[in-house]
Amino acid sequence: MKIALKNINLIGFDNNLEKADILITDGTIKKIGTLGQDELKNVKVYEFDNKYCAPGFLDMHVHLREPGREDEETVVTGSNSAAAGGFTAVACMPNTSPAIDSAEIVKFIKEKAASHLVDVYPVAAVTVNRKGEALSPMAELAEAGAVGFTDDGDPIANAKILRYALEYSKMYNLPVIEHCEDPAMMGGAMNEGSTSTFLGLPGMPSVAEDLIVMRDIVMAEYTGGKIHIAHISTKNAVDMVRQAKAKGLNVTAEVTPHHFTLTEDALKSYDTNTKMNPPLRTREDVDAIIAGLKDGTIDCIASDHAPHSIEEKEVEFQYAPNGIVGLETSIGLALSELVHKRHLTIAQIVEKMSVNPRKILNIPVPKLAEGEQANFTIFDPDQIWTVDITAFKSRSKNSPFDKRLLTGKSVAVINKGQMFYENKFIKL
Amino acid sequence: MPLTSRHLLGLQGVPREDIQLILDTAVTFREVLERPIKKVPTLQGKTVVNLFFENSTRTRISFELAQKRLSADTINFSTSTSSTKKGETFKDTVKNIEAMKVDMIVVRHASAGVPQFLTKISNANIINAGDGAHEHPTQGLLDMYSIREKFDKLEGLKVCIVGDIAHSRVALSNIFGLITMGAKVSVCGPSTLIPRYIETLGVKVIHSIEQAIAENDVLNVLRIQLERQAGASFPTLREYHNYFGITTERLEKFNKDIVILHPGPINRGVELSSEVADGPYQIILNQVTNGVAIRMAVLYLLGTITR
Repeated sequence: MKIALKNINLIGFDNNLEKADILITDGTIKKIGTLGQDELKNVKVYEFDNKYCAPGFLDMHVHLREPGREDEETVVTGSNSAAAGGFTAVACMPNTSPAIDSAEIVKFIKEKAASHLVDVYPVAAVTVNRKGEALSPMAELAEAGAVGFTDDGDPIANAKILRYALEYSKMYNLPVIEHCEDPAMMGGAMNEGSTSTFLGLPGMPSVAEDLIVMRDIVMAEYTGGKIHIAHISTKNAVDMVRQAKAKGLNVTAEVTPHHFTLTEDALKSYDTNTKMNPPLRTREDVDAIIAGLKDGTIDCIASDHAPHSIEEKEVEFQYAPNGIVGLETSIGLALSELVHKRHLTIAQIVEKMSVNPRKILNIPVPKLAEGEQANFTIFDPDQIWTVDITAFKSRSKNSPFDKRLLTGKSVAVINKGQMFYENKFIKL
Repeated sequence: MPLTSRHLLGLQGVPREDIQLILDTAVTFREVLERPIKKVPTLQGKTVVNLFFENSTRTRISFELAQKRLSADTINFSTSTSSTKKGETFKDTVKNIEAMKVDMIVVRHASAGVPQFLTKISNANIINAGDGAHEHPTQGLLDMYSIREKFDKLEGLKVCIVGDIAHSRVALSNIFGLITMGAKVSVCGPSTLIPRYIETLGVKVIHSIEQAIAENDVLNVLRIQLERQAGASFPTLREYHNYFGITTERLEKFNKDIVILHPGPINRGVELSSEVADGPYQIILNQVTNGVAIRMAVLYLLGTITR
C-alpha cells in the first residue's frame, strides 16, 4: 500500500527540511519532497497541513503488567494505549510477576509484541526477583534484548549491589534506572508537607528521594557507570542532577507529565488517582522541574504508565496502590503545560520524548531518509480535546486527568509497516 | 439557621456560625442528660449506623448513647464482626448497609479521608468519628464545649495541645476548630511527635512543658501510644514523662488557674501523673458527659437538615 503524508511539518530529524510531502510504500520511505499529481496516483493521501511529523516517540517508563496482572494491562493492550497516545515504542518495567529477570521473560514479552506496531523494549530487573540481593543475569538479559536494568518500584537498597550493577552494566553500555527512595523512609501516602499535615496523611519526605539520588550520583562517579534517575520529583534532586551533568558524569533523568502538571494540592479530594510514587510535590518542585526541562538537566519525559484495576483504586486512600495510567495523556500534557505555556519548544518536546530516551537506551533514532522504515509520530500541537478515560485503549482507567481540556494531541503513528490513525490500525 | 453542610467530615473549613450552633444546641441536650428521663423523640424513625473499622469503645458508646437518647434506631458494625475480613471491599460493605435504608453513617477508620470517600459512595449524612491521623471533629467540638463551659468563651483563650501531635486526629480537629473560634493554639511535645509543617496551620510550636503551662489557659493532653512509639519517635516512656509529663509539682510551680483536658484513655504516669488525672485541674469526666451532648447536637442538626 502506498500512502502520502502531504505538506507536513518536519521536526526532530537530522536534516534541514521544515516541510515536505512523504511517500511511504509498504512502510518504507520512498520519497521526501514535493509529490506531483502523477506520483499520487493510487496513493492514499493524508493532508497533514499544520501537523508535525517527528521520529516516533518512545516512552521509556511504562508498566505493561504482563506477565502477572493481565486484568490490568497486557503487552498488547498497553501497546494499543501507546499507539493511541502517539508512541511507536515503549520500554516496559520489570516489576511483573514473575519479574523480568530471565532471558525467557524478555523473549516472552518481545514475542507478544512482535507483530504490533509499537516496539516494546523490556527493561530487566537488576537483581533476581527484584529482591535486591543477587545480580540478575545481566549479560544474558542484554543479549535477549533488555535495554536497561532497574528494580523499579524499589531502589537498589544495598550500595554494594548498586556498585556491582553499575560496573557490570557498564560493560554493555546499558543504564541502571533507579527508583530513588530511601527504603527506611518509605510507607507514606503523599508528599510530606503542609498539605499532608492538613490532610492527616502520612508523608513521603522529599529527602527520601534526595538521599538516593545523591548516593546514586556519587556511585555513578565512582564506577563510571550509567545511571538514569526515574521519575524525578524534587527540587534538590534536579539540582543534584544538574551538578552531576556539569561534572560530566553519566547521569540522566526523566520526569512524568503529572510531576510537571500537578502539585500536592490535587490530593485535597482524597482521590486515589492522585496517589503515586513519587508523590505529587509542591509548586516549588514543579517550577524546578520545568527549569530542569528547559536547561536540559532533565533529558526525557516518560509517563510511568501504571495501570491499576478499578477495584484496587476504589478503596480507602491509604490502601490504594500508587500510580496512574499515562500513555494517552502524555503528549497532550507535554504540549499544554510546556509548549503552550512557553517553557519549551516543540523541538525540545521531540528531543525529550523521542530522541533522548533512545540515546539513553542505545536504540537508534528513526531517520527520515529514503529507504528507511517509516517510524513516525504525527501530532497536532493545537488540537483542543477533552480527556475521556472511557475512550482509553488501556485496560485500566486510573487517571486524574479525566475531563481535563488539553491542547495538543497525537494524530497518527506509523511503524513496522502499520499506521494507527482515527482509532484504528491500518496495514501499509 | 441550619448547618451549611449535611455532613460532618472535620472541623477544617467549618464556619464559625456552624460551630457556634452546634455548641449552643449541645447546651440544651446537656440539660436533657440531667433529667430523670434522658430521652427525646427528635430522631424517631431515623436509622443511624455506627461503622467502626477500628477499635474504639468510648467513642462508639458515646455515639450510641447519643443516638438512643434521640430515639434513633441504631446499628453497630465493627470490624471484628465485619465482612471486610471475608475480602469484601469497603465500598461493597457500605453499599450493602446503605441498601438497608440508613439515614446517617458514623464512621471510624484507620485511613484518613474515608469519610470524604463515603460521601461519594453513599447518600447518607456522614459523621466522622475519627479517620486516621486526620480529624475527629466531635472530639474537637466536645473539647471546645468543655473549655467554653469553664471559661464562658473561646475567643482569646490560649490552648496548648500536648503530646503526640503527629499521629493524632484529635489535635487537628482542635487546631482547626479553636482557631476558627478565635483561640490561640500552640502545640507542645518532642519534635519527633510534631509534624514538620504544623506551623503552616497557624499554631505555635514549643518544646518545654513548663513554658506550655506558663503561657496557656488550657492544656489538652493527648495520649501517648505506648505500643507504637517508644524507642522510635522518642527514647523511653520514662524520659517522656520526665520531660513532657504533667505533674502536680509542675502545675503548682506556676500557681495559676489552668484547665487540663484529655481525650482518654489516659496512660497514667506517662502524659499525666495519677494525681493530676484525678486532681482539681482536670475536667476529663466532664468531657465524657459533654461528648454525649455534643454528639446529640450533631446528630440532631444533621438528621433534621432538609435535602
